[in-house]
Amino acid sequence: MDNLLSIITFIPAVAALVLAVFLRGNDAAAQRNAKYVALLATTASFLISLFVLAGFDPSNTGFQFLENYRWILGFHYKMGIDGISISFVMLTSFMMPFVILACWNVEYRVKEYMMAFLILETLMLGTFMSLDLVLFYLFFEGGLIPMFLIIGIWGGQDRVYAAFKFFLYTFAGSIFMLVAIIAIYHMTGTTDMAGGANGAGGLLTHRFPYQTIHIWGIPIKGGVQTLLWISFFISFAVKMPLWPLHTWLPAAHVEAPTAGSIVLAAILLKIADYGFLRFTLPMFPEATTIVGPIAMALAVIAIIYTSLVALVQEDVKKVIAYSSVAHMAVVLVGIFSATQQGIQGGILMVVAHGFSSGALFLCVGVIYDRMHTRQIDAFGGLVNRMPRYALVFMFFVMANVGLPGTANFAGEFLILVGAFQVNTWVAMFATTSVVLAAAYSLWLYRRVVFGQLIKESLKTITDMNAREKLIFAPLVALTLLFGFYPSLVTDLVGPSVADLVNDVTAAQAAFDPGALIAPAQ
Amino acid sequence: MISEDLSLLLPEIVLAVYAMAALMYGVYTGKDRTMPLLTWVTAAVFAALAFWIGITGPGTHTAFNGMFIDDGFSRFVKVTVLLSGAAVLVMAQDYMVRRGLARFEYPVLVALAVVGMMVMVSAGDLMSLYMGLELQSLALYVVASLRRDSAKSTEAGLKYFVLGALSSGILLYGASLTYGFAGTTEFKGILSTIHGGHMSLGLLFGLVFLISGLAFKISAVPFHMWTPDVYEGAPTPVTAFFATAPKVAAMSLIARLLFDAFGTAPADWSQILAVLAVLSMFLGAFGAIGQTDIKRLMAYSSIAHMGYALVGLSSGTQFGVESMLMYMVIYATTNVGVFAFILSMERDGRQITDLASLNNFAAKEPLKALAILILMFSLAGVPPTVGFFAKFYVLRAAIEANMTWLAVLAVISSVIGAYYYLRIVYYMYFGQETEGLDTGTMNIVPWIMLMGTAVIMLVGIVNLFGVEGLAHAAAATLVP
Repeated sequence: MDNLLSIITFIPAVAALVLAVFLRGNDAAAQRNAKYVALLATTASFLISLFVLAGFDPSNTGFQFLENYRWILGFHYKMGIDGISISFVMLTSFMMPFVILACWNVEYRVKEYMMAFLILETLMLGTFMSLDLVLFYLFFEGGLIPMFLIIGIWGGQDRVYAAFKFFLYTFAGSIFMLVAIIAIYHMTGTTDMAGGANGAGGLLTHRFPYQTIHIWGIPIKGGVQTLLWISFFISFAVKMPLWPLHTWLPAAHVEAPTAGSIVLAAILLKIADYGFLRFTLPMFPEATTIVGPIAMALAVIAIIYTSLVALVQEDVKKVIAYSSVAHMAVVLVGIFSATQQGIQGGILMVVAHGFSSGALFLCVGVIYDRMHTRQIDAFGGLVNRMPRYALVFMFFVMANVGLPGTANFAGEFLILVGAFQVNTWVAMFATTSVVLAAAYSLWLYRRVVFGQLIKESLKTITDMNAREKLIFAPLVALTLLFGFYPSLVTDLVGPSVADLVNDVTAAQAAFDPGALIAPAQ
Repeated sequence: MISEDLSLLLPEIVLAVYAMAALMYGVYTGKDRTMPLLTWVTAAVFAALAFWIGITGPGTHTAFNGMFIDDGFSRFVKVTVLLSGAAVLVMAQDYMVRRGLARFEYPVLVALAVVGMMVMVSAGDLMSLYMGLELQSLALYVVASLRRDSAKSTEAGLKYFVLGALSSGILLYGASLTYGFAGTTEFKGILSTIHGGHMSLGLLFGLVFLISGLAFKISAVPFHMWTPDVYEGAPTPVTAFFATAPKVAAMSLIARLLFDAFGTAPADWSQILAVLAVLSMFLGAFGAIGQTDIKRLMAYSSIAHMGYALVGLSSGTQFGVESMLMYMVIYATTNVGVFAFILSMERDGRQITDLASLNNFAAKEPLKALAILILMFSLAGVPPTVGFFAKFYVLRAAIEANMTWLAVLAVISSVIGAYYYLRIVYYMYFGQETEGLDTGTMNIVPWIMLMGTAVIMLVGIVNLFGVEGLAHAAAATLVP
């Protein structure tokens, strides 16, 4: 089984092809078959990824399960995972069956809907596994197409606006990364990240020049590296999304169908965090010391600003969308602290937020399916009719707040510990995230669930059915498991993170600020 | 001596003789009733010639004292031109018959135009360049007004002719200036008068006029004004032809002229091309946004695409030529697919090119809509389609020539351009239920073209079908 990673990645795409070719008709039976094929494919992909998890050796900090084939133009089809990417891969393959289950009620163009999600899964998994810059870009950018269609075809009222905004924002952001990738290829002659033994010849160990250069007489500190850093950063910042480039996310989240929102929040946003960890930190450590503080500052602004914006939203989905923006900014603080705790916490938070935000959007989906509205005002007193739903919703609201005992707490705590070692002020402001999250989450919960059930339309609402319970159960269990026993994740990623942190600190220690002062021209 | 020279020209001679024979056959037998047969035979001749040229061994040969060059570059372009010409011919045959356009002159004129293109890309002298160009252009002027009873088609032909004649004049003026200052019309001779990487002022003037004349043929801004009107007015099969083979040939001719005659002074012309490229990319992108007619939209799209190809060429390197060739091949392939679809657009039996008629098309014809979706994303340059690699090539050429600013402008315009390709997807997939297109109007040949190109755009990312290596070899013969 040399090609385990490719098998995991392409099972969904093959299933999509099968649906396209063999499934005819649009009656109830065909729709059910489409759903079962999709569920089967995503589950199979997840089960096989468990083999990868079992065979993965955390103490080995290099890339494992390597696959390497020649491709056009001297690029390579190179796949592999290390401690950093395995958590993202597992999160993706684990979440996708739930995403499929979440759209079980869809009746409009079911076959295409399933195909879009299956192809999206292939592209997302490929993003996390590819070790060649061009291959990465192919998967990274390709994910826009199915998501554009998911929002545009199956979305809500303003779906066209949201879909175009989503596509053009992310396309515009990532196209600069393409220029940077070509520039890197031009400078080094390779797009291979991993290289040979011990990373020799790979980009991860390549040191890009950081001497100050002048463009139109303006000195650029950190030179080429800073320019590359900024190109990558813009692309990931849009994807993440970081304030002030976040405005596409609320629109996309609100208009996307429930399953689309789950994918977006639980997985697609995480690609940005992965990008920072995989590319920005190891490839441009010197530039990170120069421009990294700007990223930290933006993250701090994002945390406070978007949390406050979340407080005043009228739409349940928007509250959760803004909360995602804020929490992603917290992860960014952890990553750019470039400390063992910060990055480990960041990855743990990514996983935890994947569960909790996915579950929260599912919670919204549950009541949206019944009431066809997401306005907070339209609800109230749900606890009277839906006690089980109230319990689950409360659990994930608490997870979102970062209550001790949930994985989110462990993640946020580690991030703040990491941030504290680097900059007290950043740590202090980042901590406000916890307080503000409590404010908007609890207030949201109170308005939707508590109070008297006075609205006529809610009097007949029913509690969760078996399918919905089935979806929530594993998410609750894992959030608790990782909350009480976070070393399940941190041990897995620890050695790789330690390796990354060592590399970055070594590069930054050797970094001579004197080299920045170029002779006057 | 003379027989050796002629043997090099044999493919061109065969095609020219065939065109004349076909003309005689058409005139003396059933006239327009022979059109379907002539179309298929012409396409078969194209394909056979493409095969013949394709298997011709390597090497560079010249004929008629350097007037005619037969090298890897010209062979690569000829095969591309012949194959795309054949594809456009056969996919439109059914359309021509149904729309009352079945004139036997059409395949004959296309064959003559292709002879002109083949001479163009093999030109080694300003004389043969002009001869090939005019043969091509004259045939194209006529086919543009093929629908004689339509005011729009006639207008398109006339507009194309008047502006084309003007550009030919400009080109000739440039050629005479070049002759005056270089003392020769032969490319090799012109090259030998350039010393130290810079040409004399007179020669530079001649070059600018030559480029202006040729820029008209590839509809680069600011010489693009005719394109939207001609694309819209000409019958759709003719538009499809305009969008593919002549563009490839003219772009290659620019490469031939610049590298063979002015190759030692790339600094003098690369800026001109860069400016043309930037203007074309942005005008193409912005101009297409407001269009409601899919043929006009494709006109602006082709203007923008010529801009990207010029980005590759303006780098002035061997890789630049390679990237231009790749770009043009991918562009032509995609356009064949898109126009195969446009040919089939009709409502109540009448042809329609309104974008809004695509509303909700995906619900009715999911497979075709999916193919168009792939082609549109490929035109927009979004991975994982082959169109992404087309953009990748030209961007890399620009960056390797230290023209990062040009690459940055190119990617910005490609984001703007993505918008109007997405609009087509928007109509097909998100549009409201309105009176849409008739279904089941597509004949088997255009259907194969549409699906085939869509599959190529997806599967091609595996190895680009080896075209990469061929383009590399072709570029290496032009730019050593």
